[in-house]
Amino acid sequence: MTTASVTANEQYNYEVIRKFAIMTLVWAVVGMLVGVYIAFELAFPVLNFDIPYITFGRLRPVHTGAVIFGFGGSILFATSYYIVQRTCQARLFSDGLANFTFWGWQAIIVLAALNHVLGFSQGREYAEMNWQIDILIAIVWVAYIVNFVGTLMKRKESHIYVANWFFIAFLLAVALLHIFNNLAIPVSLTSPYSYSLFAGAQDAMTQWWYGHNAVGFYLTAAFLGMMYYFVPKQAGRPVYSYRLSIVHFWALIFMYMWAGTHHLHWTAIPDWTSTLAATFSIMLLLPSWGGMINGIMTLSGAWDKLRTDPVMRFLIVSLSFYGMSTFEGPMMSLKDVNALSHYTDWTVGHVHSGALGWVAMISFGALYHMVPKLWNTRMYSDKLINVHFWLATIGILLYITAMWISGIMQGLMWRAFDDFGNLQYSFVESVAAMHPFYVMRGIGGVFFLTGVLVMCYNMAKTIRQGKVEPAGAVPAAA
Amino acid sequence: MKHDKIERNLGLLMVLTMLAISVGGLVEIVPLFFIKDTVETVKTADGKEMIRPYTPLELRGRDIYIREGCYTCHSQMIRPFRDEALRYGHYSLAAESKYDHPFQWGSKRTGPDLARVGGKYSNDWHVQHLIAPRSMVPESVMPNYPWLMSPLDTSDIADRMSALRITGVPYSKGEAEYRQNVQTFGEEVAKMLRIEDAEANLRAQAVSGNYDNNPNDITEMDALVAYLQVLGTMVDFSKFDDDYFVQFR
Repeated sequence: MTTASVTANEQYNYEVIRKFAIMTLVWAVVGMLVGVYIAFELAFPVLNFDIPYITFGRLRPVHTGAVIFGFGGSILFATSYYIVQRTCQARLFSDGLANFTFWGWQAIIVLAALNHVLGFSQGREYAEMNWQIDILIAIVWVAYIVNFVGTLMKRKESHIYVANWFFIAFLLAVALLHIFNNLAIPVSLTSPYSYSLFAGAQDAMTQWWYGHNAVGFYLTAAFLGMMYYFVPKQAGRPVYSYRLSIVHFWALIFMYMWAGTHHLHWTAIPDWTSTLAATFSIMLLLPSWGGMINGIMTLSGAWDKLRTDPVMRFLIVSLSFYGMSTFEGPMMSLKDVNALSHYTDWTVGHVHSGALGWVAMISFGALYHMVPKLWNTRMYSDKLINVHFWLATIGILLYITAMWISGIMQGLMWRAFDDFGNLQYSFVESVAAMHPFYVMRGIGGVFFLTGVLVMCYNMAKTIRQGKVEPAGAVPAAA
Repeated sequence: MKHDKIERNLGLLMVLTMLAISVGGLVEIVPLFFIKDTVETVKTADGKEMIRPYTPLELRGRDIYIREGCYTCHSQMIRPFRDEALRYGHYSLAAESKYDHPFQWGSKRTGPDLARVGGKYSNDWHVQHLIAPRSMVPESVMPNYPWLMSPLDTSDIADRMSALRITGVPYSKGEAEYRQNVQTFGEEVAKMLRIEDAEANLRAQAVSGNYDNNPNDITEMDALVAYLQVLGTMVDFSKFDDDYFVQFR
């Protein structure tokens, strides 16, 4: 990990990482643009324009798909391929498989978006892709596992670095979740439609086992892997506590799988599953904060970097949001809190404090660290990184504040009684009360998206600069 | 065992990881397929199942509900709270979605819960509301769905029911399965579940129900409104004691 060499480009396969890095930017813009649009559809329904393909119901999975699988997936491929090569000091197992995962994954995102827009949805949140796309995902995922594990097997250093443990857990868990959650019977071999193998209560349990652990492994474990490489690298210091990383790794991957049922509190599932899930959700606070503390404390002795290094700022603020949303999550999994928060915008705000604050912010930090190295140059403008940081932070704060207010207000309005014991508000009164907060949320989204556009400009300039200058003109810091 | 051993042995790391991530699902989800009380049995006095699979027309309506992503804004799961009982009705039973592949409980109420919307509004109200929601509810943020007045594709209805039959929904193929259904649900329902008569049944229900107020065509609106009108209406709660269903929770 310490060898500084201009031959790095031959030693490692950077080509596929560059491609994934660029597509990360593309999907960030697409996914967040759609997100902003549907946010405003909820504030101003005229924006649905009576066009079937752009109604909220069809665009919402386009938004979640493009940001989770497009943006999140591309940055995970990019960083995992980057980290595994550098920590193993070995080139990727197979360039062919790497390319296959790139084109396969991009095709999946495009097909999925078409699938949702055309209305071929499977009708299960975050798993709306139809059965043919699901099979394609499984194939690409197996190729990804083979390539990643194959590279680990080629490692020159006998010790497997902690970031890679998290990637392993992510790869295995996502395979398990994807396959079991998408078991379905197709209407016919040529039909895009299928029906879930499971029904009702069992289907709900399977779906939220998937949905929650997609968050737990795809959006958490894998991004923790990213954190364990880029935070120490950017800080120039070793991980704060190796022992803590061991404990929180095993605790995190074990406990997450129990917690999904907290999405189904008070519904028609057996009460014991719900109680068990709440218990594990509360315990999950410990390994979650273990990771956050390990990341933030890695900076101890180098706190000045928070002032001087805008990339560090992204990484540390992302960990702060991670800590905040992993505190909020267990709290919302308490049955009494959930009785108020469930079905409201509070959940939406919670998801976004994790998705924008943690997942997106750490991805931005990783990109700002990695892209100059991939193109063998320096970031075009540190000032623009700083502008991006503030736009993103303001955007998130607007977003989650709006959703806290609207969510709690909704919850309270729904359960309010007047002096005679009648419901105080009709449902539509709560809809009307949401309007200003839906506008505010949309504006928060515009801030965040503008920040991403600033980043894209900065990246484009950086990449051009890297291509113009001959390799080696800027000393590459490994 | 020293953890260092795991950190140097890739195979061991992967096996232990797989074990760690498998336990939760095995303990929490797998038993639900075997514990009988997970889904209640809800029967009439003469022993017939109250909850039946959807008719072909209702099924196509449900497909449209899924196609339009209605579940992104509407739940179908009433929780056992006083305010929800007043607003929506009796809390939802697991049995009421036993034929729902996939479940549509939802996770967000941008609009109201629909688990018991059946029978609350007239067909005409639904048609007008789906075409132009704000003409009925000015504050609504729901999109207009004017294209629902286009003709319903009924060509693959038998295939759809056959696929559901494989998942365990008792749509019948052949006399033996039909007779079984007569016993379980009664003759009237059993006839609607025959895959052989799927298309004819669909058309007959659309024509006699005339859900879209347009007797000439069978539209997507017919199907969707037929589905909405059956939601939450299958169980007759007046036949049970108030706390009868608590034992299953």
